[in-house]
Parts: sequence; C-alpha cells; structure tokens
Amino acid sequence: MSRYLLDKFLYTVDRDPELVERYREDPAGTVAWWEAEMANRILNCVDAERSTWLSFTEDERRALREHDHVALFQMGAHPFLTLTLFIAMFERDHGPLEYQKAYGRAMQHISLPYPDIAT
Amino acid sequence: MAELAAVIASTHHPFYYRASTSTGADRPPFADEWVAKIERFRETLTVAEPDVLVMVGSDHFHQLWLDNMPQFLVGKAPFFDANFYNEEREFGLPRMLLRGEEELAAHLLRDGLDRGFDLAFSNELRIDHSITCPIITLRPQADLPIVPVYTNIFAPPLPQPKRFVQLGRAIREMVESWESDKRVAVIGTGHLSLELGGPRQFGEHGPDPEFDRKAVEWIAGGDIEGCLAEVSLDSLHAPGNATHGFMDFMLMMGVAGEGQKADHVDTLDLFHTMEAYFTWYPDGAPQAPGAPTEAVR
Repeated sequence: MSRYLLDKFLYTVDRDPELVERYREDPAGTVAWWEAEMANRILNCVDAERSTWLSFTEDERRALREHDHVALFQMGAHPFLTLTLFIAMFERDHGPLEYQKAYGRAMQHISLPYPDIAT
Repeated sequence: MAELAAVIASTHHPFYYRASTSTGADRPPFADEWVAKIERFRETLTVAEPDVLVMVGSDHFHQLWLDNMPQFLVGKAPFFDANFYNEEREFGLPRMLLRGEEELAAHLLRDGLDRGFDLAFSNELRIDHSITCPIITLRPQADLPIVPVYTNIFAPPLPQPKRFVQLGRAIREMVESWESDKRVAVIGTGHLSLELGGPRQFGEHGPDPEFDRKAVEWIAGGDIEGCLAEVSLDSLHAPGNATHGFMDFMLMMGVAGEGQKADHVDTLDLFHTMEAYFTWYPDGAPQAPGAPTEAVR
C-alpha cells in the first residue's frame, strides 16, 4: 500500500493543465511515465535530489490506468484529490452535476467506516 | 491595544462567485436568495469598520503538501497571491492579490509560540478559496490587509477538536494584546456536514441535516462545552467524509468565547451542503445609520 504515492500522483497531475489532458487521453502511458520520472521527485527539491524507494503496487497501477475512482477510494486515496482531478477530466462530457452525481452513485455500495486516508 | 471589531464564522462555498455573477439561463434558481443573504452578512462586517482581517482557513492541497504538512500555520508576508489554476478551472474563481499585515502576523507567531502553540509560518503563501471565498462574500473590494491562519482539517493525522478551540481562544487574546490602534476582525471558514468524493456527495441537502441543525445551534449559542462533548475526530466521519472542516467553526467559537450568542445567524439549505453565517460583536453591535444589525433568529 502506498497511499502517499497515489495521492502524490493525483496531486501533481491535478495541478498541471497539460498533465490533466494527458492523463485523460492516455492513462496507461501517463501512469508509466509518471512512475518512472515523477514518483521519486521530491517536490520542493531540485531534480538531482530524489528519493529512491517509491513505487506503486500492481493494484494501484491498475486503478490509476483504468481511471477507477471507486478502487482509488477503497485504497484510501484522498477523496478530495480524486474527485477534483476526475471532475477536471470528465465533467465536460456530461450535463451540469451529472458527472458528480454518477460518481457518488458508483460508490453506493460503500458504507461507513470508509477506508483510512491517513498517510 | 488593538480592538476586536468582529468575529465572523462562515462556510466557504466555492460556487458562490459563479452563482452570484451568472446571468440569464446560467443563473441558478437559488442565486437571488443566496446573494441577499450574503449581502446582509457582508453588512455585519462593514458596520464593524475593520482595519485588518485575520483569516482562518485551510489549504486544500494547493501549496501545502504531504511531504511537509503543518498543523497550524501563519502567513507572514507583505502580499498574498490567491487562488489556483484548479480553482479557476472548477469554480471560475478569479486570481486575486491581497495585502498582508506583517506586524500582526509577527505578533501572532511570537506570542503563539510563547503560549505553547508551535505555529509554522510561511513567508510566501498563495492562499486558496478557504480564504478568498469569505473575501468575495464579505469584503469583495479586497482592500484590507490580512493575516492568513491555516489549519489542517484535511490531511490526517489532525489535531484534536479541543486544540482548535484553544487556538481560537489564544488568537482572541493575542489580537487583543497587539500593541496597535487598529480594529481587527477575525474571520474563519469551515464546513457543516460535507461529503467529497464519497457515496453521499452532491445530494439534495448536506449529507447530515441533523448534524447541521445541531452544529448551527452550538455555534449560534456559543455552546463550546456541548459541542466538545459530542464532537471527536472519530465522530466527525459520520456526518460526511469532509466534515472535519467543522473544526474551523470550533476554532471560531473559541475566538467568540464560551456562551457568547452570535449577533447575526443565518443559514441557507443548498444541494450538497448547508451554508451558515455567524457574526459576533465582542463590544456590542455597532450602529450604522440606516442599517441596524439585528439577529435574524
């Protein structure tokens, strides 16, 4: 489990307009590139000072590749980060609030307590 | 010493800006009522004639990140740029620039540390909608210098609810011990029950109307003890997965003081979440010609 790294993916993609589009259009390619190039980048350090130990599990890679926001929720990815990024990618294909409501409906089978999101 | 001109607690609804500025078919049916309530709320700050605003809010993973996450942070800088690309994208929020009040920020940091609050600080802080929403609703001319105070209600492990109340009490004492002739308003924003990214989001009302009813009662009556007796880090999961933002309301109850009834209380039941607005005048309600401020409930 690497909740932190899932959150880091969602966070770094969400804040970059180009990456939002790239992840929408090519999720598998974006996830592979991100894990190779970005996963170990410390955001407040120069590129040369990187971490050496961060990687996704196969389940995490799959959830990200498949834009599976329900699986991400169940893994404890921060729900605000997932929602914000997914609205950015998919709201445009739907009428007003349609996407947000469908997003909630897809999780109706999940009950309290929700998965822990602590990192 | 500085004077505490007003204490204001509010929800921060990022859709207000778009709803209130939209026209024609784009204007939601609830916009007019919402604007009317906000204008009345705004008047409660205007009549207090503040010179400086202490703004309590919470960064939503914009500048503050999990590799270095402060629990409580004071922004000390001459200026604060505001709002981020993803807030522009999702909510249509405008980019803003606010002045900072560095003297008061330095005082809060020094005095806060000496009182046992190990406050983090930032000398270059871009603030987000938790602070710009109340600027837009309460002081749209954005002409007053601010001191941002960020709390962590977002990235567990979080501080306990009582710690928010304690910090609120301390902020009040620190503002009132600031050697200045300025009038300071403390404005803080949080949430009532709220679900984001979970199965209960974007419903007809907030996810837990019963929690909202109780919360409004606690805040309006200054019932800190009653609130602390029922609210814990665990209990806040039940009303909605983003309800820990209520702890910023608890901080503001600490600023207002135990048993202090709000001078202005208003709510608006919207889809997804309930709006709630509160104003206290520690030295009695100011009288503005032609616009007396009355409690609305």
